[in-house]
Amino acid sequence: MSTEDQTSTDVNLTRRKVLTGATGVVGAIGAGFMAVPFIGSWMPSERAKAAGAPVDADVSQLQPGQMLTVSWRGKPVWVVRRTPEMLKMLAENVTELRDPDSNESDQPDYAKNSFRSVNEEFLVVVGICTHLGCAPLYRPAVGSPDMQEGWKGGFFCPCHGSSFDLAGRVVKSVPAPINLEIPPYHFRTESVIRVGEDPVEGGVA
Amino acid sequence: MSNQTNESSSGKSSLLGWFDERYPVSSTWNKHVGEYYAPKNFNFWYFFGSLALIVLVNQIVTGIWLTMSYQPSNAEAFNSVEYIMRDVEWGWLLRYLHSTGASAFFIVIYLHMMRALLYGSYKKPRELVWVIGMLLFLVLMGEAFMGYLLPWGQMSFWGAQVIISLFGAIPVIGPDLALWIRGDFVISEVTLNRFFAIHVIAFPLLLVILVFMHLVALHHVGSNNPDGVEIKKLKDDKGIPLDGIRFHPYYSVKDAMGAVFFFILFALVLFYAPEGGGYFIEAPNFEPANPLKTPDHIVPVWYFTPFYAILRAVPDKFLGVVAMGAAVVILFALPWLDRCKVKSIRYRGNSYKVLLTILVISFFVLGFLGTQPSTPLYTKLAQIFTALYFMFFLVLPFTSANEKTKPVPERVT
Repeated sequence: MSTEDQTSTDVNLTRRKVLTGATGVVGAIGAGFMAVPFIGSWMPSERAKAAGAPVDADVSQLQPGQMLTVSWRGKPVWVVRRTPEMLKMLAENVTELRDPDSNESDQPDYAKNSFRSVNEEFLVVVGICTHLGCAPLYRPAVGSPDMQEGWKGGFFCPCHGSSFDLAGRVVKSVPAPINLEIPPYHFRTESVIRVGEDPVEGGVA
Repeated sequence: MSNQTNESSSGKSSLLGWFDERYPVSSTWNKHVGEYYAPKNFNFWYFFGSLALIVLVNQIVTGIWLTMSYQPSNAEAFNSVEYIMRDVEWGWLLRYLHSTGASAFFIVIYLHMMRALLYGSYKKPRELVWVIGMLLFLVLMGEAFMGYLLPWGQMSFWGAQVIISLFGAIPVIGPDLALWIRGDFVISEVTLNRFFAIHVIAFPLLLVILVFMHLVALHHVGSNNPDGVEIKKLKDDKGIPLDGIRFHPYYSVKDAMGAVFFFILFALVLFYAPEGGGYFIEAPNFEPANPLKTPDHIVPVWYFTPFYAILRAVPDKFLGVVAMGAAVVILFALPWLDRCKVKSIRYRGNSYKVLLTILVISFFVLGFLGTQPSTPLYTKLAQIFTALYFMFFLVLPFTSANEKTKPVPERVT
């Protein structure tokens, strides 16, 4: 203590502050750079990204009104073959929908139409509720017995009661904010749908 | 105190004296246990702090033993839990001690927090005791949530799916944030592995550090009591509070008695209803996780249901998440929302008693609604009780500012 008192007049406090401040700033920048690998390490690995490769769905055996599920990137993707009655309903229920034109929703441009599909007969949609990620139930029939009155056919999420029509469009006043997501897909042939890949130029689309 | 101890023991060539010269053994013991003066009028509500500590030790010890047989992988997670249950010697007991212990932890913590609400233990000068306690509550919720994923059953998977999707509701950064938390496009082994790491080391470490800070803060300001009287105001000529008694042996023995009764109740649940009738371990969790099939009815474990009911009550995704978050975070502000100088409910006005009753009823009703499927009636009820829950915090600053209180006694009764 006493030595410090003797020399305190010689101490350049400004220099001391500048050096301390500079060390602090350099240290903070270093800590910032050091945080990058730790935070970045949590992003999907190359293996997880590779597992997101496209998958094919063969719809040749699918009857009108039936649905099949394929797994793409670990998510359920539904392919529904819609009947003419179902398609007719999709034109009539627009007033009940929150986002009938899919302006707020996620879909490729080629599926941004009133049927939300490339070929109006086939709906290809990610089977994950846009509310909190449950898998909604497929209830295609009008007035399905376990649904509430006036059910017009569609998808119902049992977790929090969101419902969607047979184009995956969300109805008004349910928790889900937007329509079900349409993944990128195209028809490789008449009856094989490739999910996870945009149409290639000159392909069947 | 510590100086006296050091001098007297260093005079003798005792073993304790040898340690005291090199490490503050006696002074630390005296400060926190031997000569920590606690109010002499502690009642039933004061058992839950020490019980929480006992449950924490249970969770840590059984948890360490469980990691010896558990495998956090997509293929083996579910099977290894069944292996623990069926094949590992005493594995069933270790697993049930841990899973039942989690529910016991929340029962004890909720009662511990209720005590603070009854006797104003969060008020000046104990604001930081409360804030650190709330941080503990947050970390405990994260710890419980991540632990529930590990058995890799249907409810583990889909419960985590719902909760992680909550982050996706945040505007702009939400979807990327949810992707970052999962480390994959859906919940996968990657998510399981990182939750395992956080559950077994990161959060337990944080819990222990925060418990230490909680106790340091408490022993610095001293314990509150059912009368809300500061015992440090009146001291005898040795500087010992007139209404204080040493923690040891008075409260160490009393808490041991409380622990005995707790162990009896805990053992009854552990041996006769370890799954808590489907509330501690839910039925779908006896089915392995299946990413392509949602259980008909996703419910969190009972201790999250009040907050889950608030989430569902709001018909907007983002605002629902905000309301659920606010329901927890608003508790942090309690010491500043409550402006009444009188601490204990014994001497507070009717407005606080009414408000607190409404809060407790809302919490129970929301807790029940959170376990039920959503129907129009239940959604309406959840909205009403969510409003009542928040009403407590919004009305309190106004009613507590000029509350008609009773006179507070000078000394504890």
